[in-house]
Amino acid sequence: MLEVSDLHVSYGQSEVIHGISFTARDNETLAIMGRNGMGKTTLFKSLIGILAAGKGSIKVDGSDVTKNESYQRVENGIAYVPQGRMIFPTLTVEENIKTGMEVSKLERIPDDIFALFPVLYDMRHRKGGNLSGGQQQQLAIARALVTNPKVLLLDEPTEGIQPSIIKDIANILNEIHKLRDITIIVSEQVLSFTMAIANRLIVIDKGSFIHEDLRENVDTTQISKYLSV
Amino acid sequence: MFGYSVSDLGSIVVMQGFSGLSLFSVLLLMALGLAIIFGQMGVINMAHGEFMTIGAYTIYVLGKITAEYFPTFLPYYFFFALFAAFALAFLVGYLVEYLMIRHLYKRPLDTLLATWGLSLIMQQIFRTIFGGREVSPNLPDWLMGSWSVTDTIDIPINGMVVMAITFAVTGLVVMFMFRSSWGLKVRATTQNRLMAGAVGINTKKVDRMTFAVGCGIAGVAGAAFTTIASTGPTSGSQYIVDTFLVVVFGGATSILGAIASAFSIAQAQSILTFFLTNAMGKVVTLLVVIVILMLRPEGLFSSKVRK
Repeated sequence: MLEVSDLHVSYGQSEVIHGISFTARDNETLAIMGRNGMGKTTLFKSLIGILAAGKGSIKVDGSDVTKNESYQRVENGIAYVPQGRMIFPTLTVEENIKTGMEVSKLERIPDDIFALFPVLYDMRHRKGGNLSGGQQQQLAIARALVTNPKVLLLDEPTEGIQPSIIKDIANILNEIHKLRDITIIVSEQVLSFTMAIANRLIVIDKGSFIHEDLRENVDTTQISKYLSV
Repeated sequence: MFGYSVSDLGSIVVMQGFSGLSLFSVLLLMALGLAIIFGQMGVINMAHGEFMTIGAYTIYVLGKITAEYFPTFLPYYFFFALFAAFALAFLVGYLVEYLMIRHLYKRPLDTLLATWGLSLIMQQIFRTIFGGREVSPNLPDWLMGSWSVTDTIDIPINGMVVMAITFAVTGLVVMFMFRSSWGLKVRATTQNRLMAGAVGINTKKVDRMTFAVGCGIAGVAGAAFTTIASTGPTSGSQYIVDTFLVVVFGGATSILGAIASAFSIAQAQSILTFFLTNAMGKVVTLLVVIVILMLRPEGLFSSKVRK
């Protein structure tokens, strides 16, 4: 579904991602694990088109989006939940969700969105900026889902969120995985969270992939070692 | 006080207050356009006043054409000319965004210089076409005259028409911003441009539309302006400083703030200039604005949420 080959990304002269290649299959949940500063967010930003790729290619469902702008990539089926949520703080919850519906041409917010996130229905007339961190995270996921994506990118969805809510978010992602025909790619540092949702785990270190395993075969002590400073 | 009796003073306040309302109307229309452009793109459009002048000259030209070829149509042409003023300013704004502004989005200081240069070019174009002398359009008779409320109070009809136009346009802008999908896209882009792109909004297209609409509203302001003063090549630039003041004072992204600050600045100037000199009126207004901005740097009305 998502094919990335030989992707290089740089900030000015300093290259941060050194030729990454991977393929995420249909209906797969792929976790990209790594410590701070290893290039997770940079990789995700270049996948959605906020950062331009220096070299390499990104394909969604066969079509090349490497040169496209963000909104065109969304039209092609990539959705993005950024690190730090980045919801629109002065728009209401309802309006926040509707910003994602420009692409999918939906008339009204689908019922299954509110079924997944009942808290958003209760808060739909509140301003996004006045929600708690966990609620904002759910809002950011909802906003991404209404674009009807083929590939959903989540950049550190558990960052700054309390443990009980992290479990809720894992359940929501598993639910989405069951309900929709969708590829989920998530970047994370919390191993227990990815073990609860992912089919496959990849470890990124200094801008290159250094380890890959299916969840069944994962040696958690080994991955923990990669993640510890 | 100042040698006036109490009833005189009352009439002066009402009449100056009303002329303040006419000024308020033009300032508000100008500020609306400037504020949505600045709010969304961070572009300070120094040529905004010239878009107002475009609107004013549109009325002048259409008035001439009507008087020459369709004299019977003269009483009604003003409303059609109003739409023409919007359309022409919109069109020029669209072209300016496409040819110039969009290449400068990441360089705010350069946009300032470039739009200032544009304003000089446009002023010279007006001077070449229409001459340096101020002109007044043929206004329909029903726009002239005034409504005598009492023996000492006269309310001019053109002032009331200008206010009606302003309320209608402001209402439309508010409706578009808060009820239409274009408005939602504008507000999303204003808050977070990168993220708006990443949820699928074509921000460049939204920019072009917003810039053009902002300029179109300035064109309407110019059309309204012709009913209260005569038009010259530099008419617009005389309003630009006050307009900036309104935008900064009101809080750059708040429509309610623009209304409140346009009202208070226009009223303060209008009433103060009657009792003091013109310059002193401006000085006092500016001083008050500066003090208030020191206390509330984000302007009178800024939306409060967790950041």
